[in-house]
Amino acid sequence: MTLFIEQCLNGLQFGLLLFMLAAGLTLVFGIMDLVNLAHGSLYMIGAYFAATFSAWTGSFLLGVAMALGGTLLVGMAVEVIVMRRLYGRDHLDHVLATFGLILFFDETVRLIWGPAGLSLPLPSWLNAPVQILPGIYYSAYKLSIIIVSLAVAAGLYILVMRTRIGMLIRAGASNREMVGALGVNIKLLYTLVFGLGAALAGLAGLMQAPILTVQIGMGEIIIILAFVITVIGGIGSIRGAFVAAIFVGLIDTLGRAFFPDLLRVVLSPAAASTAAPALSSMLIYLLMAIVLVVKPEGLFSASNK
Amino acid sequence: MSGRFSARTLAAVVLLLALALLPLYVDLTGSRFLLTLFTRIIILALAAVSLNLILGYGGMMSFGHAVYLGIGGYSVGILAHEGIFSGFIQWPIALAASALFALVIGALSLRTRGVYFIMITLAFAQMAYYVVAGLARYGGDDGLTIYKRSQFGALNLSNKTEFYYFCLALLYASMYLVWRIVNSRFGLVIQGSRSNDTRMRAIGFPTFRYKLTCFVIAGTMCGLSGALLANHTDFVSPAMMYWTRSGDLIIMVVLGGMGSLVGPVFGAVVLLVLEETLSGITEYWQIILGPLLLLVVLFARGGIDGLLGKVRHA
Repeated sequence: MTLFIEQCLNGLQFGLLLFMLAAGLTLVFGIMDLVNLAHGSLYMIGAYFAATFSAWTGSFLLGVAMALGGTLLVGMAVEVIVMRRLYGRDHLDHVLATFGLILFFDETVRLIWGPAGLSLPLPSWLNAPVQILPGIYYSAYKLSIIIVSLAVAAGLYILVMRTRIGMLIRAGASNREMVGALGVNIKLLYTLVFGLGAALAGLAGLMQAPILTVQIGMGEIIIILAFVITVIGGIGSIRGAFVAAIFVGLIDTLGRAFFPDLLRVVLSPAAASTAAPALSSMLIYLLMAIVLVVKPEGLFSASNK
Repeated sequence: MSGRFSARTLAAVVLLLALALLPLYVDLTGSRFLLTLFTRIIILALAAVSLNLILGYGGMMSFGHAVYLGIGGYSVGILAHEGIFSGFIQWPIALAASALFALVIGALSLRTRGVYFIMITLAFAQMAYYVVAGLARYGGDDGLTIYKRSQFGALNLSNKTEFYYFCLALLYASMYLVWRIVNSRFGLVIQGSRSNDTRMRAIGFPTFRYKLTCFVIAGTMCGLSGALLANHTDFVSPAMMYWTRSGDLIIMVVLGGMGSLVGPVFGAVVLLVLEETLSGITEYWQIILGPLLLLVVLFARGGIDGLLGKVRHA
């Protein structure tokens, strides 16, 4: 039972992390109609920045704050230099151009930091387990990821739905020309939105960094999950991304933890241990396939599109 | 076009002839490396030609095409691992497995369009990648070495020149097949559906079935390329179906020129030769390739075929 609760929390934590990534992706797609494969690169950059800056400053929190700012700036620079030229073009152009960006970023990171991975050590106050229920301990760091992610999700909701800038963002998504004609600097707005998406990806990356190693290609692995989430949730819908991310996080984590045992009930132990890793990695894709059959446009498709 | 010999046709003829004559040049200079490189180029060109059928002519932006390389390759690798070396068994299974996968994936993903289609094909290909990486019996992440190439009676695939011509013959046959498909009624429906799917359906064509058939044909062709690739490298690993490999195939098609018969072959030659040259200059060659790709997207959309087309008008 303890294990089950722990795995549920792990799944929730992973899901919330994926939400950060998927939110940026879906925000950029919903507003700028831009497919950004290089979103995973920003995730990687966030992690590398955090590892470097916290080693420089000797403080975890200061390093994290600097990394967030750094990723935001990188994101805005990418928007101004490259993405701006891609708006309104074919999706295939987006895919190719951002694929080129991935190659560029991966190689630049290798050039600067070398091929070996980095690690981001946690300060001792985050490293200890905390008691969440009587007799049940959970990693303080993972718990803090859950709290931070929930706060960010709430903040994002308030920003988009309740503030003036959020109103402009939504208006810009439905009619770019009209908002521009009303005197809003739509170019700056887009740069900000892209930077925001980049910072979210960077935040996901740096939060994941202490758990996994910081390495080249880390973004390419996780970005696929973010795509799956966007497809399940409905492209352009932040609410959909949130629900789908939690689902995917839970199913993936619980599947990996308990699916082999379930399989052992049906199959012989040898066959089960052979088939389990392959099958449990298929679960979320099966979920996606089912959603596609039932609702091809995703669970919460943005209806204004 | 009428009767005039355009720069485009000329370039195509020169390329196809040069590929056919390459082994003679290799015999003269003794550069075995060149033969190995170009065998690889031809195999991947075959994959690019198959992708072009759905991407260029059909407008289906599949970002998971490398998965068939893996399926074709692993069919050969797994059968060889189990002691079945006959190509007459291995290859039909490789093709059938690719076709079956394409049928299932196509039936699911063709329900959607645009960005969804890109992401879904990508995700399913990645699913196959993880499944293969989880096959501990067949090497998992580390891949599987093939100790004996496919046996085809008198044909000896271990002979480099014979293997080269075998691959080249299959490439040319596939190009002929694509040419026949594109110019048939079936191909016209596919191209019509790329321009305007709604209108095609309004005329009464069940475009879903046409597109699915086309998707399966392309997948099967790419599976063939995978079987060749496995024989070429004597090794299969999940890396051959990683999603960035699908990206490489798309680059080949776009670089060469979408919806042109010889374009993907140009694209494959240019990309892989460029890769070989750049990686000779610097270890960090992708730092050049990435921005180069960006420039092609921004300023040379028609690819090489488009540039050659402009030469004719100039």
